[in-house]
Amino acid sequence: MTDRMLVSTRKGLLTLRKNGGWHVTATDFPGVAATAALRDPRDGALYVLLKHGHFGTKLHRSDDDGKSFKELAAPAFPTDAPGEPSLFQIWTLEPGGADQPGRLWAGAIPAGLFVSDDRGESWRLVRSLWDVPERAKWFGGGYDDAGIHSISVDPRDSRRVFAGISCGGVWETLDGGESWKLHGKGMIAAYLPPDQAGTLESQDPHRVARCAAAPDTMWMQHHCGIFRSGDAGRTWASMKLPHDDFGFAVAAHPKDPSTAWFVPGMKDELRMPRGGALAVTRTRDGGKTWESLRDGLPQRDAYDLVYRHGLDVDATGTQLAMGSTTGALWTSDNGGERWTLVNAHLPPVYAVRFA
Amino acid sequence: MAQVHFTSWLRELVPDGPLSADGATVGDALDAVFSERPHVRGYVLDDRGRLRKHVCVFVDGARLKNDDALSRNIGPQTTLHVMQALSGG
Repeated sequence: MTDRMLVSTRKGLLTLRKNGGWHVTATDFPGVAATAALRDPRDGALYVLLKHGHFGTKLHRSDDDGKSFKELAAPAFPTDAPGEPSLFQIWTLEPGGADQPGRLWAGAIPAGLFVSDDRGESWRLVRSLWDVPERAKWFGGGYDDAGIHSISVDPRDSRRVFAGISCGGVWETLDGGESWKLHGKGMIAAYLPPDQAGTLESQDPHRVARCAAAPDTMWMQHHCGIFRSGDAGRTWASMKLPHDDFGFAVAAHPKDPSTAWFVPGMKDELRMPRGGALAVTRTRDGGKTWESLRDGLPQRDAYDLVYRHGLDVDATGTQLAMGSTTGALWTSDNGGERWTLVNAHLPPVYAVRFA
Repeated sequence: MAQVHFTSWLRELVPDGPLSADGATVGDALDAVFSERPHVRGYVLDDRGRLRKHVCVFVDGARLKNDDALSRNIGPQTTLHVMQALSGG
């Protein structure tokens, strides 16, 4: 099992190590919001995106496993980009394929996709996606502007990349970002007038996760429920749950395409656990049946909300971690059957990632 | 030349401040600073070249409104302070 995790919080990047239990072993950039972090599996580099309250978005990389960080030029919108966008934050950072050393993808608010081919030293806006005419119908979900929160490179073909946008639907390129196609048939948006509920470019996929071993299987926590795709995100089937199906986070089992985890909240103005009792929702049969896992999680007076990137599963598929807006962090080493509180006093957690 | 002081938070980036800078306006003086220290630009200006929303500039002790701060005329004896606002923290 992975023995390190990167936790991006309102007060900096926390590194936790597993030694007996999990403990915070480093606090980098204290006081500054960390919005995304990545340990690149190809070369071991650590990346962190910061959102300074006063001074904007910054990017730092460590080439010595976190001992020191170097500031790089953060992604930025070119001045000639239509719509006069100004970067609010980077929401997600993902490595390119194993055959693309140095390539990184970054998803932003506003919903720009940025790409680097030199380990983050320089970035360019992917204009082919920014310039799609459907962008006129994108809108903010949670934040003022639409944003890209999910990027997934197909492990079978690095030129095939999936992007999820709140609120702008799901998009796919087959040519490394030269051109994009809008997908997402099957999603339903109850926040639109009924005759427009299926409009692809107005969907709000909160978060999308892919099964690494069966890359055609994707799971989605949508604003209006949970969906599953068997064709790499092109079409989606709505899952029927016996309880709350609103939430933000999703984790896909890396080996078993039938297993995924979600963290429900009451929809949609409330966004907190029903009855103050926190649960993780799991399916192990492709969405036919659903379990509500609660052992070790607070069952009264809990207001914890788990954001889009606040839930992760490691490569074994049995170890999970989850961090909340209330600053609580839990881990499970048995697929979510039982949870252990690591710390109840962290800053608000934006992202949790095994590294 | 104008003297440009930076908030203590930015002194890590500008350890040798205050800096002397030529320019007829606040924007010109800051550009002169950024030409020598390009990494400071993104901390003070956004990607559209505007003064960041939660950064404020004082000219000889008077705080400028952000929307026209960069075009404000300054003289050779001007003292500029680039500070973080209390908002945005």
